[in-house]
Amino acid sequence: MTTPTTPPRAGTILEASGVTMRFGGLTAVRGVDLTVNTGEIVGLIGPNGAGKTTFFNCLTGLYVPTEGTVRFNGTRLSPKPHLVTQAGIARTFQNIRLFANMTVLENTLVGRHTRTKEGLWSALLRGPGFKKAERTSEERAMELLEFTGLTARRDHLARNLPYGEQRKLEIARALASEPGLLLLDEPTAGMNPHETRATQDLVLAIRDQGTAVLVIEHDMRFIFNLCDRVAVLVQGHKLIEGTAETVQADERVIAAYLGTPTEEDTTPPAHPADPATPPPPGDRR
Amino acid sequence: MNTDTPGTTDTTKSAATTPHTHPGVLPLPERAARITTATAALTTAATTALAWTWSSAFPGDLTYYGSPAGLQTVTLAGGLLTLLLATAGLGVPGLRRLTPGGRNASVLLAALATFATTWFTLIAIAVDLGGLVNLEPGGFLAGITSLTTLIGALGLPADRTTTPPPTTTWQRFTGALAATPVRRRTLSLPPWAEILLIAAAFAAGLAAFTYGIDTDDGPPFVGYLLFMVLAVPALHRAGLLARLTELTHRHRGVALGAAFAAAAGFPFTQDTDQYTIIGANILIFATVALGLNVVVGLAGLLDLGYVAFLGVGAYAAALVSGSPESTLGLHFPFWAALLTGAAASLVFGVLIGAPTLRLRGDYLAIVTLGFGEIFRIAMLNLNGTTGPDITNGAMGIPNIPNLEIFGFNFGEPHHILGIPLATYGNYYLLMIFVTAFVVLVFRRAADSRIGRAWIAIREDETAAIAMGINSFRLRLLAFALGAALAGLAGTVHAHVVTTATPEQFQFAGPQPPNSAFLLAAVILGGMGTLSGPLVGAALLFLIPAKLDFLQDYQLLLFGIALVLLMRLRPEGLIPDRRKQLEFHEDNRPGPPLPGPGATPGSTPAKG
Repeated sequence: MTTPTTPPRAGTILEASGVTMRFGGLTAVRGVDLTVNTGEIVGLIGPNGAGKTTFFNCLTGLYVPTEGTVRFNGTRLSPKPHLVTQAGIARTFQNIRLFANMTVLENTLVGRHTRTKEGLWSALLRGPGFKKAERTSEERAMELLEFTGLTARRDHLARNLPYGEQRKLEIARALASEPGLLLLDEPTAGMNPHETRATQDLVLAIRDQGTAVLVIEHDMRFIFNLCDRVAVLVQGHKLIEGTAETVQADERVIAAYLGTPTEEDTTPPAHPADPATPPPPGDRR
Repeated sequence: MNTDTPGTTDTTKSAATTPHTHPGVLPLPERAARITTATAALTTAATTALAWTWSSAFPGDLTYYGSPAGLQTVTLAGGLLTLLLATAGLGVPGLRRLTPGGRNASVLLAALATFATTWFTLIAIAVDLGGLVNLEPGGFLAGITSLTTLIGALGLPADRTTTPPPTTTWQRFTGALAATPVRRRTLSLPPWAEILLIAAAFAAGLAAFTYGIDTDDGPPFVGYLLFMVLAVPALHRAGLLARLTELTHRHRGVALGAAFAAAAGFPFTQDTDQYTIIGANILIFATVALGLNVVVGLAGLLDLGYVAFLGVGAYAAALVSGSPESTLGLHFPFWAALLTGAAASLVFGVLIGAPTLRLRGDYLAIVTLGFGEIFRIAMLNLNGTTGPDITNGAMGIPNIPNLEIFGFNFGEPHHILGIPLATYGNYYLLMIFVTAFVVLVFRRAADSRIGRAWIAIREDETAAIAMGINSFRLRLLAFALGAALAGLAGTVHAHVVTTATPEQFQFAGPQPPNSAFLLAAVILGGMGTLSGPLVGAALLFLIPAKLDFLQDYQLLLFGIALVLLMRLRPEGLIPDRRKQLEFHEDNRPGPPLPGPGATPGSTPAKG
């Protein structure tokens, strides 16, 4: 994956300031500021119901924030989700939302939608431009499938993939829109430790290719291994933001979320055999 | 008989070694049953050369010796089909390729089809003419032989073994009818032979369809329908339809050409205009159904007022047709009228779509239902008294003149290759081109960035939006394209029926082009597929047209048939392979779309 336009390690790519989201009397997100720099992996953690996904939805335009602004690459984002994707923010969903009855390849091709222009006339007339664009799209999609390790599955229906591969496909589909920033909403939920490690490597590989990543996750080891910075949301407002060490050391975070420090962080993962782990939900095979 | 080793005819051995073979419905030795079936099927076919009745009063005139007529032809076809399938099961080399699927279920269904048609004919003769005395010995003989065929076929073992084994007779019967997976192809034919096979299959399809459309209304058509309802599943069980689909996927262009040629061949088989009008109307109906399929099948928008777009096209064409009753008094050449109709529909579609397409699901369905009725009532009211005088109200715009393209007047009979073509034959051929155009548009739109975006919206709108798809714009595009295609068909519709009245464009009614029937054609045929709505529309038009004598019971039977079909085959007659996987997941363990062993590079196109 190449994103030629992003200079390495420079500037702010996403700047959310004072984002507030109210649903009637309930304030789900309260004045949250968050910045993501190019080439950075930022984690967003917090207890259930802290407003993480709501904040994500505010960033991607699915919700229009009641107050506050979101700037991407210096320009203010339109609250229309498709324009947000067009601008270069792609996302995955907490509960997988693939196009179940489309093939793996077709799912990825849909991700290319904003990066191709061919309209209905072009499709009906089938000129050389159309064929070239289709071919390029397919090549790009196949590259991404290879990147995520789904090449062999290209003609399978998305619904028939095992759970872990569905997660991967969602990431491949999001990457197909050539985003500058990738938002991952609990990418390892329901995964076994082995799959989680694979996802970790995948996220690092995405970052290395120049895409900034903002990730919501409950798996602390995953977050602290991966993220350059971590922000903690509690009851809709940002408690603290900083490096993994800072956040782990902060007493308020420990009180609100982590509980007492455990030995787990220093010991290697204690999952000797994968078969012992329960099968992930949604796995139909 | 062991199903894993097809072609083994040594019953004594394999019966002893395979413990789970399920016997047929009747306890007969397999080989004896097979030979009985084959011989009896041959005799049944032979009896059609005899007279079945002495009176020519029964439609079809079954009184001749030596030449099968009327329903005898159907029995003849059924007997020969049963014979072929049964001998294929006997292990005759070469013939075995006829049944790549189930060897026995197909024979049983074919025997059932023959039996049902023959006995229906005999009973109809007896009832119509008042007594069994009206049957000639040939008729009795046909009854006995077809019954023997059925008994023999019932003695064949089931193709598929199930655990636990069936206990009741009914379970054994349904078990014997069950489908089996189609064997992989072993023989690779040269391309020209495959193309010949496709051509032959489409020619056979044309012959069957032409026979059906030419059949007299009443008992002969019911007999034909009975036969088709059982014989087509027989071909399906034999695995022949799967083979044909495979071939057409490999030679898509040839298959489309053959389908086009077969369809264009229909009016040349007709002497009079009596049935070509049905053909022309089927094509109009099918074209509109295919347009609706863009909206419903691809983009997933339930449109219950779709017939209004046909109406807009028809009214627009009527107004510029040069009809003396047209308030505009314009007379456009055909191409301009065609564009006017499509453009008017397109504008109407955008006008309706722009405010409504922000709604989702059920709300959209209700709003479109409302707009469909608004169109009809508006046409009624634009009569000069309750509104401006544009449409003549309930009178409609009558006397729409026949089309004339480059001096070719559609109203006059023409001779093409020495075969006379009358008015409706001409319109039929014109509609073939319109249909082919719509087919092309549907295929190309479906298989493109736009088509994928439509399907994505249908699958999960939120995810589609998050992928950067402007859902509203694409839905509007689908709506507008669907409307324009319907408008195109509407222009020809106006000239074929020569009047445009509001009552032609209702939500529901006993006669086909109405919104409910259009939707039924799409769903019955198979949503999102190319051939589904065409087949669905043909059936939905032909069956009511031919079963006119049922009158008030038509809609009742139509409803029952729809319920049964949705219960037994929810994915439609011609399933989208995605849908088939969706509804029958338990039957199909193989996950990938083209099959696990498919050769790479031969990516199947959908449809």
